[in-house]
Amino acid sequence: MTATPPALNALLRAAGLRLSRIGRSLWGGWAGLAGLALIAALWQAGHEHYGAFILPAPLETARTALRLLGTPASWQIIAETLLRAGAGFCGAVCLGVSAGIAAGYSPATLRLARPVLTVITGVPPIAWLVLAMLWLGPGDGTVLLTVLIAALPVIFVAAAEGIGTRDRGLDAMATAFGATALHRLWLLGLRHCLIPLFPALTLALGGAVKVAVMAELLSNAGGIGGALALSRAALDVPAALAWVVIAVASLITLEYAVLRPLQAETEVWRDAARPWGVRRAALPPAPSRP
Amino acid sequence: MAAALTLTGIGHAFLGRTILDGISLTVNPGEVVALAGPSGCGKSTLAHIAAGVLAPLRGHRDLPGGRCGMVFQDPRLLPWATAADNIALPLRLSGVPRRDRRSRVEAVARQVALLPEDLDRYPAELSGGMRQRTAIARALADGPPVILFDEPFTALDPALKRRMQDLVTDAAATARFAALFITHDLQEAARIAHRIVVMNPDGRGLTGECRPPGQPGQRDDGAVFAFVRAALSSSPLFAHLNDLDERRLP
Repeated sequence: MTATPPALNALLRAAGLRLSRIGRSLWGGWAGLAGLALIAALWQAGHEHYGAFILPAPLETARTALRLLGTPASWQIIAETLLRAGAGFCGAVCLGVSAGIAAGYSPATLRLARPVLTVITGVPPIAWLVLAMLWLGPGDGTVLLTVLIAALPVIFVAAAEGIGTRDRGLDAMATAFGATALHRLWLLGLRHCLIPLFPALTLALGGAVKVAVMAELLSNAGGIGGALALSRAALDVPAALAWVVIAVASLITLEYAVLRPLQAETEVWRDAARPWGVRRAALPPAPSRP
Repeated sequence: MAAALTLTGIGHAFLGRTILDGISLTVNPGEVVALAGPSGCGKSTLAHIAAGVLAPLRGHRDLPGGRCGMVFQDPRLLPWATAADNIALPLRLSGVPRRDRRSRVEAVARQVALLPEDLDRYPAELSGGMRQRTAIARALADGPPVILFDEPFTALDPALKRRMQDLVTDAAATARFAALFITHDLQEAARIAHRIVVMNPDGRGLTGECRPPGQPGQRDDGAVFAFVRAALSSSPLFAHLNDLDERRLP
């Protein structure tokens, strides 16, 4: 039998570890499903108490959602909303992370930026929406700008905090080994930044989809918000609830298909630091040292 | 022979309080110099200036080799990187291609008695001793002409401390790097150094220096003990090594 080359061995080992991480994440999904089942049970209880007109049954809503998903037009509506939310979210990530990193390295900038952020977060999204409608008219631009403004502060603050609270000892260590400022940003700053950034991104993504649907509904710009407005006008409660379910399902899909795997990849080392034990593939026993 | 590290007239202050003044020190290639002094006299500040982490207020440092390695009191490993990636950090910083790094990492890991399977572990999975071995391997990785040790073994138990001291002595003999070893433990200084330099308790200049008899790695425990006992009981050079309370400094 020929020996496996070391490079292939390392590749197989890395692939195995990655597969085990994905497997663990999927297995962890059972807990999430249990939570969703609990919500469905409460929903069913509400339906039985208030009646089908006020609150349609979860099963009926699911059937309506599946019927909606069977038509290509619905997929176009969903894509429209997700593209707007995604574009606004990506814009907020680019702006927020770069400005947050700059502010994190410059305490004076952070002190200047904090009151501005308080003002931005203090203005309700609906007010930004009205302003955006006045400036840009109903359409993509209005939704995108509202989403961007809603998602930006949380991402900015997380990036700035990540950089601001970085381990100065590691910075000094890297400097002693000859790291330039760019090296330190790439090797240390960005890694520190990721720790608070991922929870902020999850929050911002949820906010982006919610604000996009709200902006579409109020600015009559189509998408899931537009479909919700039509259901409301037709007093079609099952369809309205089905669109809400579709919006939430889209958000969950985005979060668990994109953000969580990225987070798991960048935080593998945290598994090793869990206080309840090392969750890694078993290593061969170490031979005794002299 | 040109010095591997020269510090000339170094002075430094924090928030208007002078920490160091008029420190001049030379470390020759292949020489291990122990810098001893009581707690709070500015040894670590001097090490950070020698490493280029701090810019001195006065004086200048000359590092003809252009680069140095450093081992800190706490290992300062990147928590998100495996031991191998931590050791490879200086190689990465100096632009060594990825394919060439692994063999060098494995070689220095062997030198500090880290096992191949330890290399794929994260710092959280390593014991305190293994973390410090990783930090030493990192300092050795790209073969720097000078390595600075800032009280690296203070937090270790006595047996592990001795093993680490032997490791540094062996590595210095093999790799022929110059080393400035900060310590307030005269026993440690006497075990590993060619020359012991003592700082003034107030950080203003050096009190003096001495050379323990013999060579590092060849002194047995009896010789080290005899030197330390004589130094602490009768040498004015070491009179203030253990008797200063840093909180009383102005």
